[in-house]
Amino acid sequence: MTPTWVRLAELAAAVLFILALKGLSSPKSARRGNLLGAAGAAVATAVAFFYGQDFFGGPVKHLPLIIGAIAIGSIIGWVAAKRVQMTQMPQMVALFNGVGGGAAAVVSVIEYLSAGSDESTASLAATVFTVVVGSVSFSGSILTFMKLQELMTSRPVVIPAGRYITSLAAIATLGSAVMLVVNPSDALLYALLGLSLLMGVLLVLPVGGADVPIVISLLNAFTGLSVAASGYVLGNVLLIVAGTLVGASGTLLTRMMAQAMGRPLTNTLFGAFTAKATVASGTSEDRPVKSASPEDVAIMLGYARKVIIVPGYGLAVAQAQNTIRELVELLSAKGIHVDYAIHPVAGRMPGHMNVLLAEANVPYEQLKEMDEINPEFAETDVALVVGANDVVNPAARNDPSAPIYGMPILNVDQAAQVVFLKRSMRPGFAGIENEVLFDPKTSLLFGDAKESLTKVVAAVKGL
Amino acid sequence: MDPISLLTIFILSIFVGIEVVSKVSAVLHTPLMSGANAIHGVVLVGAILVTGKASGGIELWLGLAAIVLASINMVGGFVVTDRMLEMFKPKPRDTDEVKK
Repeated sequence: MTPTWVRLAELAAAVLFILALKGLSSPKSARRGNLLGAAGAAVATAVAFFYGQDFFGGPVKHLPLIIGAIAIGSIIGWVAAKRVQMTQMPQMVALFNGVGGGAAAVVSVIEYLSAGSDESTASLAATVFTVVVGSVSFSGSILTFMKLQELMTSRPVVIPAGRYITSLAAIATLGSAVMLVVNPSDALLYALLGLSLLMGVLLVLPVGGADVPIVISLLNAFTGLSVAASGYVLGNVLLIVAGTLVGASGTLLTRMMAQAMGRPLTNTLFGAFTAKATVASGTSEDRPVKSASPEDVAIMLGYARKVIIVPGYGLAVAQAQNTIRELVELLSAKGIHVDYAIHPVAGRMPGHMNVLLAEANVPYEQLKEMDEINPEFAETDVALVVGANDVVNPAARNDPSAPIYGMPILNVDQAAQVVFLKRSMRPGFAGIENEVLFDPKTSLLFGDAKESLTKVVAAVKGL
Repeated sequence: MDPISLLTIFILSIFVGIEVVSKVSAVLHTPLMSGANAIHGVVLVGAILVTGKASGGIELWLGLAAIVLASINMVGGFVVTDRMLEMFKPKPRDTDEVKK
């Protein structure tokens, strides 16, 4: 039997995980929550070596190799997490999630190899579940990482006859899963492993652009569930509790994100299978837009009473967070009321923009959430949109054929004047034309967001 | 442990998981996802347990691979979450109240 103190320590770890999630749900306690989670994980890892002679069949085997493997993984994880730029953080989370899913799948495979067909049907079913879900999470996350890191296109990839290939692969996966439970064999297990990895790729390939963050969150929940199932295979309560907590909270979080974008989850996953390829109309290129100089923008801002800044991913890519804060401080010093309007999915993930602006020391109270700020646009003199596009596109309100139709947007089109800082007329991440750009009250300042803002700051100082 | 006890724990954990995150603000969606991601790195425990009783050969090498992957997940996850949260300065609420 596992010593009682080990099981009590695991209970403590489980409680720490619950407190961690609870803490992470509120800004005040978030950091402490994360540290509690880390403490729980450390406790759980340490006591795993004390399961006792009965469990390991003697002292823990391969101890130096195990310690070495933990050290290697910890160093890789630590260095990667410390080095990653905050703009690239979503893909880092995707990658961490993927390797976790892979680990859960491998754990179940090993347990199967050692216990063989002696396992109970329920345990075999849990093994199969872990292998399928863990592998889908692994390959899906790696592909998501590649999409966000722009190692491949971020647009939906629709392969010819894709739905048939996916359906076939799904049937084959399901078939071998059932057969494995009924009549286990090693060859079948490896086949299932391969098919599941393929399924992960096929599921994520057609997901594009703005839906990628939702998929990261979904795969995160998947990994949680596969960890819970591997806990069932091993008869380990802690893995069941921790995995299920993540699976359940991750599923809820995924739903909340999908709601913030106005996309039912099924649309996100299967939308690209049915979507027709949207061809950008050539006429838009010829339509007139009003471009402005940095001085023009400075005058508009300098003589406004109320300004709302809408930051987008373009701002973060240009590393212009500090410059925008400088501009806001200048304007505030002139007695102009300035707020930031944060769309729930600004950046590449829900809450991503808050992280990026917090990094630049923007005061928390200037960041307004969408529902709070939207009524204020009508009484705003200038809405300054920096590197954002899809989140202010009225097509989401007006055009039922647009892929983003139904997504709640920031109502910049209701402000008296709109200024866009953009690199080019290229459409945003979702690849749709934005009507606001052609509105007569809209001015465009082309160029890198940081350079443009620096010029605007200089011009405001000169007013 | 018997299957029904495990199932009970599983079901109750679902409710706890949903309950604890039900009131999270959009500001914290990303750190929460990242923190939850780190928590499932606890699969490291499973990896250690199967490797510690592996007889050798393929089981051992797969086990060591799982340990490396799970450690990356766990350590990287908590560190990157901490980096995100470090940026949220405490006491924003207090300054709000002072103004009023």
